[in-house]
Amino acid sequence: MATQDSDHHAVANADGDETAAAGQAYFDKIIAADSRIEPPDWMPDGYRKTLIRQISQHAHSEVIGMQPEGNWIGRAPSLKRKAILMAKVQDEAGHGLYLYSAAETLGIPRDVLNDQLIAGKARYSSIFNYPARSWADMGAIGWLVDGAAICNQVPLCRASFGPYGRAMVRVCKEESFHQRQGFEILLELANGTPAQKQMAQDAVDGLYAPALMMFGPPDSDSAHSSQSMAWNIKRFSNDELRQRFVGMIVEQVKVLGLTLPDDDIRFNEETGKWEYGELDWDEFNEVLAGRGPCNAQRLTRRREAHENGAWVREAATAYAAEKAKREQVA
Amino acid sequence: MNTEDTQTGSGGAHWPLWEIFVRSARGLSHVHAGSLHAPDADMALRNARDLYTRRNEGVSLWVVPASAIIASDPDAKGEFFESPQGKDYRHATYYTKSEGVKHL
Ligand SMILES: [Fe+2]
Ligand SMILES: [Fe+2]
Repeated sequence: MATQDSDHHAVANADGDETAAAGQAYFDKIIAADSRIEPPDWMPDGYRKTLIRQISQHAHSEVIGMQPEGNWIGRAPSLKRKAILMAKVQDEAGHGLYLYSAAETLGIPRDVLNDQLIAGKARYSSIFNYPARSWADMGAIGWLVDGAAICNQVPLCRASFGPYGRAMVRVCKEESFHQRQGFEILLELANGTPAQKQMAQDAVDGLYAPALMMFGPPDSDSAHSSQSMAWNIKRFSNDELRQRFVGMIVEQVKVLGLTLPDDDIRFNEETGKWEYGELDWDEFNEVLAGRGPCNAQRLTRRREAHENGAWVREAATAYAAEKAKREQVA
Repeated sequence: MNTEDTQTGSGGAHWPLWEIFVRSARGLSHVHAGSLHAPDADMALRNARDLYTRRNEGVSLWVVPASAIIASDPDAKGEFFESPQGKDYRHATYYTKSEGVKHL
């Protein structure tokens, strides 16, 4: 038992069955009341593991997600767009850090998570394994990819694990700028030359299905969904969120004067839900299994960035040690 | 268990954890915003500025070593906080007879 229980001092529960039974009862009560679990609280092993998996995958996605856009910073068409893109990419780094910080409160050290990512043992959102081929992709990524992320993340602000919910509140506040700047890139291109409009349409065509797949597999194949809903981590199923997102973009695309590459989109009056064409889940599984167009490149870049940053970390450590020594002498 | 003591991973960076508190405007308290790793307090402050105040969210920052925080025992919620219970008379709402009396 620990008496220190700030967020980052995970509490060991070795007091036996009695503690576990009492802990479970207390946990159940908190969940039933739709209140929040905080790091020092007793929690079932499965709950802790699920959260570590979900939060770390989420953090890795933010970090890897910097690459497709980082790739275009040097080629942005104006200084304004360059500054905007840099700010967005910096935000994504921040999102990664908020989420690693939340994951750490569950007792998993950040270095371990980082090692899992660069060793290729961790998952991240499959969307970031697609290439960003044109400037218009910067628009479609902001509009569709950040848009899908927002749709997914807004309900996570109410996740039952306190640090996760709080990180998501911060993330969601920042995401809305991401989506809008992407939408504006597309809007400008769509109102430009025919070639620019075509480039915008191609970007939407290419990213539509991968963005829809960001919500995860269909409910019928979703391994973790129902338990996560019971724990109030997830509030809506993958398919519920996906159809909600389709309903939003089907209107927004009209403002752009572009089309979505799906002829089967319709609103079902009976169910009150949006329907869309079949998605290629075999492709999704291939990308997830590491065989997408950019998986290898993304991991290589991540590993290089980590290795190239080693001297900075070493210098910072040495500087702090030297300064501490001098302060002691003084 | 202190998670800082269990770090084993790559990079050789074994930096302590800092808890970050942000004062969002004059007249308000510092509020806990999150945490970060940094080799010393100065670098923790700079990192905190970049991480938690990219949009003018703060006019002042505190960084506190996570290991310096002493918290109440999570397993003793009941006993530790029970004394105010049964003491409703510490709240204004306990006094109902004066209801309707103005400016009271
Ligand atoms: Fe993000
Ligand atoms: Fe974003």
